[in-house]
Amino acid sequence: MEWFLAHTDDVFRLSGLHLYQSVLPLLIGVLIALPLAQLVRGRRKIRGFVLSAGSLLYTIPSLALFVTLPAILGTRILDVANIIVALTIYAVALMLRVGIDAFDSVDDSVRQAATAMGYRPLRRFLTVDLPLSIPVLIAGLRVVSVSNISMVSVGALIGVENLGFFFSDGLRRFFLTEIVVGILATLVLAFLMDMLLVLLQRLLTPWTRAGAVRRGRGSRGADGAGPAAAVRRAPLASAPDAALKGA
Amino acid sequence: MTPPPEPAELSDSTKSPAGLAAGRPMVRFRSVTKTYGDAAPAVRDLNLDIGAGSITVFVGPSGCGKTTSLRMINRMVEPTSGTIEVDGRDISTVKAAQLRRSMGYVMQSSGLLPHRTVLDNVATVPRLNGTPRREARRRAAELLDVVGLASALGERYPAQLSGGQQQRVGVARALAADPPVLLMDEPFSAVDPVVRAELQEELLRLQKELAKTIVFVTHDIDEATILGDKVAVFATGGRLAQYAAPEEILRAPVDEFVAGFVGRDRGFRHLSFQDGTAVPLHPVQLIAADRLPDPAATVDGGWALCVDSDGAPLGWVPADRRAEITGTADLVPGGSLYPQGTSLRRALDAALSSPAGLGVAVDADGRAAGVVKAGEILALIEAARLQRAGS
Repeated sequence: MEWFLAHTDDVFRLSGLHLYQSVLPLLIGVLIALPLAQLVRGRRKIRGFVLSAGSLLYTIPSLALFVTLPAILGTRILDVANIIVALTIYAVALMLRVGIDAFDSVDDSVRQAATAMGYRPLRRFLTVDLPLSIPVLIAGLRVVSVSNISMVSVGALIGVENLGFFFSDGLRRFFLTEIVVGILATLVLAFLMDMLLVLLQRLLTPWTRAGAVRRGRGSRGADGAGPAAAVRRAPLASAPDAALKGA
Repeated sequence: MTPPPEPAELSDSTKSPAGLAAGRPMVRFRSVTKTYGDAAPAVRDLNLDIGAGSITVFVGPSGCGKTTSLRMINRMVEPTSGTIEVDGRDISTVKAAQLRRSMGYVMQSSGLLPHRTVLDNVATVPRLNGTPRREARRRAAELLDVVGLASALGERYPAQLSGGQQQRVGVARALAADPPVLLMDEPFSAVDPVVRAELQEELLRLQKELAKTIVFVTHDIDEATILGDKVAVFATGGRLAQYAAPEEILRAPVDEFVAGFVGRDRGFRHLSFQDGTAVPLHPVQLIAADRLPDPAATVDGGWALCVDSDGAPLGWVPADRRAEITGTADLVPGGSLYPQGTSLRRALDAALSSPAGLGVAVDADGRAAGVVKAGEILALIEAARLQRAGS
């Protein structure tokens, strides 16, 4: 504890770097993977190939990637860009499959209805396919986010500054407290990111919580009592408070 | 029910009442064939003119090409050969998205966007066309009323509605940009029979006001004859077997296939198209519901019809069981009702379903107007047949 209090500056500084090194690749990865996923989704042969390629990429050991990337990219060995690029590769590899699954989860009749109403492909993708696949997308993002946050630490082995430094440094000095602080800080980061993603999902998908209520006959329904009253209580919400309630 | 908003937008030429297929063709299929790969054609050399302001129903068994034909009209499916014209224009020269926005589309599973509220769903096409959100939503609210939905439903999500309500929203959405053409792909086949009948009636009522050119796909011949001004019967293999008024298809199917498809009840169904005004109405003894407990209110023999204070029929009181019946709960339930002046089918069904053998005729206000007898209706049917045969 004393050690922690004496080094709070370091903990916060390294946490910031850690977050930066794990979140930026996540964002870039999503931007690359999702359009790609949408492009290959409907094409059977390419789809299989891309999925295998993604899995293959993910099997490359991270340390190997950190070490070889400078040679490929022409960056210096300590350059943080190596970490960013490596983790982006992993994020793309994971998010490709997530993206394909997510877009597959959208009801095809909804897609067809949108097309039949006159949506052009890009607009349909952005305003129909994408929002409707958010539940599956975010489920996948949560995995990638945690995986990235843990993997970034490896970069410390080659001297890039982040929370992993506490592990390598603590190990070198046989100083357990430092390692524990490193672990706790990593956990807190992972937890915060996860909460953020859950919150994001709740904000972006109010319709998933509007309970399905089956009412009998067709017309002028809202005047009726019973089930209708239940519906009225249900959140019609884009309001943030509704998203926070009952989490 | 309010009249449709902005009826002034409808041109006079489309104002003809539904039921009379207007002369001018709105949609024309010319030698249209659709083949998928090496398989037998889904649609084979289709030639068909669809009259403006009328309901045309494509009907047939699954795999007959009816849905494919419908989807070629808005270019969801492209024909392998042949051309389709809408309002005189070859649709292959119109951008697909633009073409689709000029046609309403209603599908079986409602196809509502689950992440948008009902109001935003209805406003979809106007929004795509660039109408400001407020304006589009205001118009959408009016349309909810047109299709018989309470405005309170506007802020709900589709999953919060019943199947029937969702289909109504689907219809409202299709009408939102006031398109001249409405494509309906088995829109009512996923709802229960009672709601389906409601929706069918509602569509006919709407069509009377709006006079759109409606192309409607169904596999249900009953639905086809109820809704269609004209019915196109498709046979397996994408062949158009018969294209005629529903009355004619039931009365004179062109071949074995059509005869088989329209089914066993077609003789009975055909009565739907025969006018019932000539059916003689007989008086019947009425007994007011509030007089049931009073033994002094006797039944003079046979059956008496119990009516409420407005004169609407409630059930029957047989003379031999008069003593047992002291309240409306004890009444013998009646059969179907025959709204005076409708078809022979309704009249005959009322007579056949009545425990008294007397079909109850009701006037426009739902009051019992008299009774009809099956024998007399059959005599009328026979007379009409002889007349047709003679002419």
